[in-house]
Amino acid sequence: MTNQTQSSENTFSFRQIDLRRRGRTRETIIQGFLFLCGFLSIFVTFGIIYELGKESLLFFGNQQWSSTNKPLAAAIDDQQTAFEIGTQGTAIQEEAVYRIENEVIFVETVAGTQVTAQRGYQESLAAAHREGLTLETELRPGLQEFFTGTEWAPQNGKFGILPLLNATLIVSGIAILVAVPLGLATAIYLSEYASNRARNVLKPLLEILAGVPTVVYGFFALTFMTPLLRSMLGNDVVNIYNMASAGIVIGILILPFVSTVSEDALSAVPRSLREAALSLGATKFETAVRVVVPAAFSGIAAAVILAASRAIGETMIVAIASGAGPNFTFNPFQAAETMTGHIVRISGGDMSYNSIDYNSIFAVGLMLFIMTLALNIFSQRIVRRFREIYE
Amino acid sequence: MQTNPQSELAPAQNGKYAIQTNNLAIYYGDFRAVKEVNLNIEPRRITAIIGPSGCGKTTVLRAFNRMNELIPSVRTEGEVIFGGRNIYEREVDPVEVRRRIGMVFQKPNPFPKSIFENIAWGARINGFKGNMNQLVEDTLKSAALWDEVNDKLEQSGLSLSGGQQQRLCIARAIAVKPDIILMDEPCSALDPIATLRIEELMRDLAKEYTIIIVTHNMQQAARVSDYTAFFSLSEDGKRSGMLMEYGDTKTMFTNPKQKLTEDYITGRFG
Amino acid sequence: MSTLRKRREFIESEQQLAARHTKGKIWLAAFQIALLVGVLVLVVLLLTIINTSFGYSAVENEVDPENLAVNGVPLEELPQEALVEILTQNISAGLFARFESEQPVAERPAEELYDLIQEHVISPQVKESWNLVDSLTRRGEILAVIETKYPEAELKFFSWVNWDFVRSQQSSHPEIAGIRTAILGSVWTIAIAIFFSLPVGIAAAIYLQEYAPDNFINRVIQTNINNLAGVPSIIYGILGLAIFVRAFGFFTSGIAFGAADPSTANGRTIVSAGLTLGILVLPLVIINAQEAIKAVPNSLREAGFGLGATRWQTVWSHVLPNALPGVLTGSILAVSRAIGETAPLIVIGASTFIQVDPGGPFSKFTTLPAQIYQWTVRPQGAFHNIAAAASLVLLVLLLALNATAILLRNRYSRRY
Repeated sequence: MTNQTQSSENTFSFRQIDLRRRGRTRETIIQGFLFLCGFLSIFVTFGIIYELGKESLLFFGNQQWSSTNKPLAAAIDDQQTAFEIGTQGTAIQEEAVYRIENEVIFVETVAGTQVTAQRGYQESLAAAHREGLTLETELRPGLQEFFTGTEWAPQNGKFGILPLLNATLIVSGIAILVAVPLGLATAIYLSEYASNRARNVLKPLLEILAGVPTVVYGFFALTFMTPLLRSMLGNDVVNIYNMASAGIVIGILILPFVSTVSEDALSAVPRSLREAALSLGATKFETAVRVVVPAAFSGIAAAVILAASRAIGETMIVAIASGAGPNFTFNPFQAAETMTGHIVRISGGDMSYNSIDYNSIFAVGLMLFIMTLALNIFSQRIVRRFREIYE
Repeated sequence: MQTNPQSELAPAQNGKYAIQTNNLAIYYGDFRAVKEVNLNIEPRRITAIIGPSGCGKTTVLRAFNRMNELIPSVRTEGEVIFGGRNIYEREVDPVEVRRRIGMVFQKPNPFPKSIFENIAWGARINGFKGNMNQLVEDTLKSAALWDEVNDKLEQSGLSLSGGQQQRLCIARAIAVKPDIILMDEPCSALDPIATLRIEELMRDLAKEYTIIIVTHNMQQAARVSDYTAFFSLSEDGKRSGMLMEYGDTKTMFTNPKQKLTEDYITGRFG
Repeated sequence: MSTLRKRREFIESEQQLAARHTKGKIWLAAFQIALLVGVLVLVVLLLTIINTSFGYSAVENEVDPENLAVNGVPLEELPQEALVEILTQNISAGLFARFESEQPVAERPAEELYDLIQEHVISPQVKESWNLVDSLTRRGEILAVIETKYPEAELKFFSWVNWDFVRSQQSSHPEIAGIRTAILGSVWTIAIAIFFSLPVGIAAAIYLQEYAPDNFINRVIQTNINNLAGVPSIIYGILGLAIFVRAFGFFTSGIAFGAADPSTANGRTIVSAGLTLGILVLPLVIINAQEAIKAVPNSLREAGFGLGATRWQTVWSHVLPNALPGVLTGSILAVSRAIGETAPLIVIGASTFIQVDPGGPFSKFTTLPAQIYQWTVRPQGAFHNIAAAASLVLLVLLLALNATAILLRNRYSRRY
């Protein structure tokens, strides 16, 4: 292996051809840094899952307290088992657990404003409490109630997510009904019929539609779509805040997405397939709809599923136009709050970090995350499974 | 200006040609790709179109079923007479033209559907009302593919080998009962064994259909065709494709009339 | 003649062929209409916003500004001392004390005093406003309405979008409210977001495209990034809330650096917002940069390796410069996305009402889209007008940004 090569053409003289690997520390450091940046994304995902999961765990099955605004009418010592309460606030239930300051009590009977209760319940210390302190009611959100309950009012111990989930599904459903037919039709036209010049003009226009910020769409929903619906169907049919308005505008928001991704899928179908169909005497329409579209099916399906995922995660349009308050109804012209709208409303106000409302955001957020993640993974599976092999 | 090379040949059947061109010229934008083509195709014979690259053979072939129109810059002048009229007239429906004049492409392009569907689809959209199973069986037999695929008709057409795929495309084309089948270098993407099988198939099909085949392979033209049309580039400096010579294959290959033809056939150029 | 040829069931009548053609034409029209609907909606959207951004309003003043003129010199032209006088004389003691505590009145510049006089002394109130179309077509009607309903008011034509609008600060009076605070907030948060996400994102893309072998962990990272790109933005808001505002509140509020905002020291600051936005656009930056790097032809890399260059040398000297235009375009797109994001910032705690310009990374903040949201949900009519005006400004900004991206892309792609 050792060679002494000295010829007049060589500009390098090889004392010894050393082909061993050299340690290159700078390279390794750089590579390590780059890897870390890529790995950061896993941290983010874990962060999301961890935070949502942890707080949701705190939410479910944990004892939490919510104020009833019911005050003590007079100060009590640490021994009294009978005392008076004020008239404001929510009514005190019999046979229920309450808390005053740090002491847990078990209310046995309630007669008017007279309450009898066990003191120092659940191993808490009985203590004296001054007049005016409010009682807190115990809240224990459970998973079963979460998924089957039809009322969402965490302050009052109602933890059924169905109203929020239902509103989300209705709004997204309307959005898909609007976006898929229009988007697919647009994609077919652009890919199969439009001239190059037309395509170069129309595609950017659609991209502009996609670039409008959602809050502006929300404004549009409230100031144009809702009045339009109300004038078309009547003021008593359509509420000022309603799910249909939001749904239609979300559909418009995701329409360019459906159209662009579908058009890419359609364009990817090789020309020879179209020529084969045409040479059999098919019309352009038959070729487009019965050969090209089925061939591009996996791409189009993925587009629709991803669009649905976006519709579900959409926040501002529903926050502005759909209504501020959970409402379990199937009438799209009524106001109802979606999961995303709820999160925004609760966190947009001032709230303390350990209130039941704050904790409930995470449970709802976790549900939202799981739903959209499932849809995204499903769409990737579809593309992989049904990817048409043309060649 | 060359006289019509066909004037001395008697038509094979009752003076009726399967398809004819009349001073056909085709332009891509301003470039004239093909000029002054006068060709009369004998029915139920195999006519081969040969010539060096770039002389417009495929362009002429695609002019027969109006497939050139799919390219926006193409302009066609002259006439193509089929069924008694010029198929480029405004009243003529290209869709119907294409059903009656089928095409097999250079690279096999079966639909990404089942074997059965590949054949049934064309028939179905053209209004076929009869027994589809029978039609599929008949066409696959005619395409010499039935024995190989009759037990897997639901499998994707793309699961077949290259040669089988091309035979499937041929079956698909004849399922819509064309009068003429155009073949654009159908064997260039296939291995020699598959090529031979397709050539055998062509001879069989020629008993019922008129076949026009563009080929680069002169031995194939010599083996398979009844008539040969030789195209080359014009000498007027504009490099348009032109029909140089036409005749029955035996004569063309043993005793060509023109030196250009002879040079090409013997491989001196092209 | 063969029997195949003569099968009667396969003869299609002329009518059938015509029917097939008609069907094709009808559907083609349907497709075109669908496309038209999309374009139409865009037009209607723009028109709605423009319509609401201009129009007549019935304005009622508490104190007529003409009464505040001194010796015939109108209010706008009075010197600073005179303005101090007017302000002191016309507001309550309590209000004055509050102003003094924030900054002595006598030391404030004239424009600020003028704004304060506008807001607290003259106190214009929009009783009702009309949009552009109505203003142009029903002027007579509008005048009549004003006569009867608002006798004290005068008719003014507002171009709600104007230079003052951009310049002024927030206010509870829609007539004089402006978007300056919001724009500055947007600029600060985007700057922080970009500062964080661009280097990290591009580095991650380089790693994934140039270095990562095709093993399990790298495939997981790739799938992960694709999934993150599809997560709803509000989830990022929740994440930011839990991590930056709460867990790291000590740092993000500025307490750790002694730079906290005195009125509220909590983690709802520009830093938290910027970092949250940064994480939000990170997957986008990575994916875009990946596409740009993927597009660099392999022959370039092979040329570098063939000369004995290390991988990093090849990447730094050949691949990156070649991919730079694509990376740039991708970054601009990420910025566009970040500018329009609202939901996560509201969750983080964009302030509903701040009048002071953000002074640093640890200040409270609001952004332009957040401001639009807050104005849109107010019931008083005039707030809709300024929401529309702010939307117009936002759209123009985005248009300029995207046009730059497209121009850059076209300019650089012509090189090859």
